[in-house]
Amino acid sequence: MNWILVCPYRRLQPERGVAALVEDEPVAVFRLHDGTLRAIGNVDPFTGASVLSRGIVGTRGDAPTVASPLHKQVYDLGTGVCLDAPEVRVPTYPVRVRNGLVEVGWAPC
Amino acid sequence: MRLVVVGNGMVGHRLVSALRDRDPGGTWEITVLAEETRPAYDRVRLSAWFDGEPLDLPAVPGVEVHLGEPATALDPAGRKVFTRDGAYGYDELVLATGSYPFVPPVPGTDLPGCFVYRTVDDLEALRAYAEGRSTGVVVGGGLLGLEAANALRTLGLATHVVEFAPRLMPMQVDEAGGAMLRRHIEDLGLTVHTGRSAARITEGQVVFADGGIVRTDLVVFAAGVRPRDDLARAGGLAIGARGGIVVDETCRTSAAHVHAIGECAELGGRVYGLVAPGYAMAEVVADRLLGGTATFPGADTSTKLKLLGVDVASFGETTGPLDVTFTDPATRVYAKLVLSDDAKTLLGGVLVGDASAYPTLRASLGGPLPAPPLSLLAPAGADARRPLPGAAQVCSCNAVTKDTILAAIGSGAADVAAVKTCTRAGTTCGSCVPLLKGLLAEAGVAQSRALCEHFDHSRQELFDIIRVRGIRTFSELVARHGRGRGCDICKPVVASILASLGTGYILDGEQAALQDTNDHFLANIQRDGTYSVVPRIPGGEITPDKLIIIGEVARDFGLYTKITGGQRIDLFGARVEQLPKIWRRLVDAGFESGHAYGKALRTVKSCVGSTWCRYGVQDSVGLAIELELRYRGLRAPHKVKAAVSGCARECAEARGKDFGVIATEHGWNLYVGGNGGFRPRHADLFLSDVPTDVLVRTIDRFLMYYIRTADRLQRTAAWLESLDGGLDHLRHVIVDDALGLCAELDAAMAAHVESYVDEWRSTVDDADRLERFVSFVNAPDAPDPSISFGVERGQRVPVAR
Repeated sequence: MNWILVCPYRRLQPERGVAALVEDEPVAVFRLHDGTLRAIGNVDPFTGASVLSRGIVGTRGDAPTVASPLHKQVYDLGTGVCLDAPEVRVPTYPVRVRNGLVEVGWAPC
Repeated sequence: MRLVVVGNGMVGHRLVSALRDRDPGGTWEITVLAEETRPAYDRVRLSAWFDGEPLDLPAVPGVEVHLGEPATALDPAGRKVFTRDGAYGYDELVLATGSYPFVPPVPGTDLPGCFVYRTVDDLEALRAYAEGRSTGVVVGGGLLGLEAANALRTLGLATHVVEFAPRLMPMQVDEAGGAMLRRHIEDLGLTVHTGRSAARITEGQVVFADGGIVRTDLVVFAAGVRPRDDLARAGGLAIGARGGIVVDETCRTSAAHVHAIGECAELGGRVYGLVAPGYAMAEVVADRLLGGTATFPGADTSTKLKLLGVDVASFGETTGPLDVTFTDPATRVYAKLVLSDDAKTLLGGVLVGDASAYPTLRASLGGPLPAPPLSLLAPAGADARRPLPGAAQVCSCNAVTKDTILAAIGSGAADVAAVKTCTRAGTTCGSCVPLLKGLLAEAGVAQSRALCEHFDHSRQELFDIIRVRGIRTFSELVARHGRGRGCDICKPVVASILASLGTGYILDGEQAALQDTNDHFLANIQRDGTYSVVPRIPGGEITPDKLIIIGEVARDFGLYTKITGGQRIDLFGARVEQLPKIWRRLVDAGFESGHAYGKALRTVKSCVGSTWCRYGVQDSVGLAIELELRYRGLRAPHKVKAAVSGCARECAEARGKDFGVIATEHGWNLYVGGNGGFRPRHADLFLSDVPTDVLVRTIDRFLMYYIRTADRLQRTAAWLESLDGGLDHLRHVIVDDALGLCAELDAAMAAHVESYVDEWRSTVDDADRLERFVSFVNAPDAPDPSISFGVERGQRVPVAR
């Protein structure tokens, strides 16, 4: 597992996401209300547009979620599963904070 | 197979539309011969034409309509009908020629100033003649006469109503009901003459048979109608003793392949002068033309009307074995139920002054009473009503039973609009709409107002909670009044409410996390993840220099450009990291955000107005700019569009807008609640001939009341339709100030106007606020590799994925 530096933690706003390039893959990193982080693929599987980082963060039941800004399908930020179409899922990535810096885990295949 | 329909009134139109609905394969080629030159319209609401309401019935596709080409002769043996211009052969012919107004055979009815009340042309002539005149007499105190009296009153004339019978509306109400109706009408300042008839008309006066006279400028004859059977008569068809083309219960005439429907037909010795029996006949013929076996079900002559603002209803028998009557002189309410001699079956009734019980009573006709009589008639009795039986006819205009409506609800119709579409119930006079709501509730269709899983409240309730408790953050609101951390439904709603309450820059602090992507990046996201940019061009007026700047910016950033319907220019294909650079240049050139990305005021469109146009009567561009600058940036439950036209030709299409203004010789007319889009709706006339300050104050209040009380994503058109009491309620609140809200609404708008700042200027001038405009947080200027463009008609467009 390689850890790729993304940005300083203070750069993240509560309940919003940012897009980052991780080994040329677009990744969306979100800061939740409790301060913890989640990372999923940034590409909206329904349109192919690289936009999930710009969606609205919230909850469905207890699961933290993001809604695609294009057609509002909701994704579980923990599992990457599309809650409105469970056969669809986006990749998830490990994410951590070290010395005030956000890092996304990358497993070479 | 060729069908020719003679007549393009409501009944002819219903036949054609019912046949087209049920004949998708197009078995019948349909030709309609119309005497009038305008498309089919709603004659029942004729007097609403004076209020500027549209009366057009929906056009039926695939039908050849010849306007202004009346049939002049009929040859049933040769199966041909003739007009001045030619001959039309037919396989089947339907006569729907309607009726003509009866003018009593007394001297003087051909003098200038004598009118009838039947067509829009009649109304136009009447209005033109009434201009500058002061008194009018209506001959006829029935349904049509009172409609005509209302029209004269609307035109500002002192109005007299003359009725030969001893009471008003003798065909519909009993003596006591007529007396109560008379009191209502005299309260409005009209003079009523019952038991009198006109003996002759002379210049400037009506002379009665009893020798009395009334001085008047004009006379309208509205004393009933007679069937138009001349074409059929000349063609040799059987005609009834008192007129009307004789038909059987399948609407066939004495000639083969010829049918007659509506007011021109006589069935069982009777001619029906109401639209509902005419519609029933149209449905019978439509069914039979397609091989069905329908027969005329018998006529329902129930009526419910609002005449001169007074509710009047009658249904079934108006006299009978047992009466229960209720009279309240204080509120001017009269009601009578006619019961069978065992007092168990409802045979009919009369309601004057308050007809709210009509839908329930009408549907109970011929069956047991749904509740004790007094609780039905007294307004407070509404809740005591028992459910209607399944066979009860809820919508009498379109003959729809309760069972049919419940079946539609069972197969998925979840609101009044869906029930209307599936069953046609409530689409003609609308008086049964409250019953439709009741049936939805009875069927257990919960009309939940909860916004989403995080709040049990409607948008309006959340607005009040936030406003009254002074809540300023989503976290506080959801902790105290909701659950979880919100979603893409409730967060933008709260963002919009906070913005409407004037909480400053929409992307500061926690508010940033509530905004949809469009508001978050102050631009409109497109299918490929790029954004479009729309600078404000108030009223659609722009200098050549500014046009050149927009062109240069578009060229330099490679943006696709398109003119919008709101008279501005949309620039497409901007990547998120380009937005600040594009706006730096636009802001420096004096442009502001157009809020195309927001649920907010979009544009106030205008025609060129009196500055240039030879027809213009007011400066529409000037007013449009004033209004657009006043309301720019105002966040609302949905987008708000507006327009100003400089004359009645209406080139700005103001009646398709949330609010529209049309110039008159004396000031402005204000229209509210219009809509293009999925379900187009013409705006309703709200104010006439008002000066600019009254106009602006009323629009202020209209917008603020809408912002406070509408549902999420509810445009003003749907909001107005959902308001209990509709336009009258709105007038009570924002004109008469019946709720004492106006000062608050005025202050809220003043605060908005005072605090407006351009969002894009505040953004490009602030380094912190610019931080979010990066493609990748770790490669801020690297273009998103997933975005690529092709070229179409000389411009860059997204490559289809």
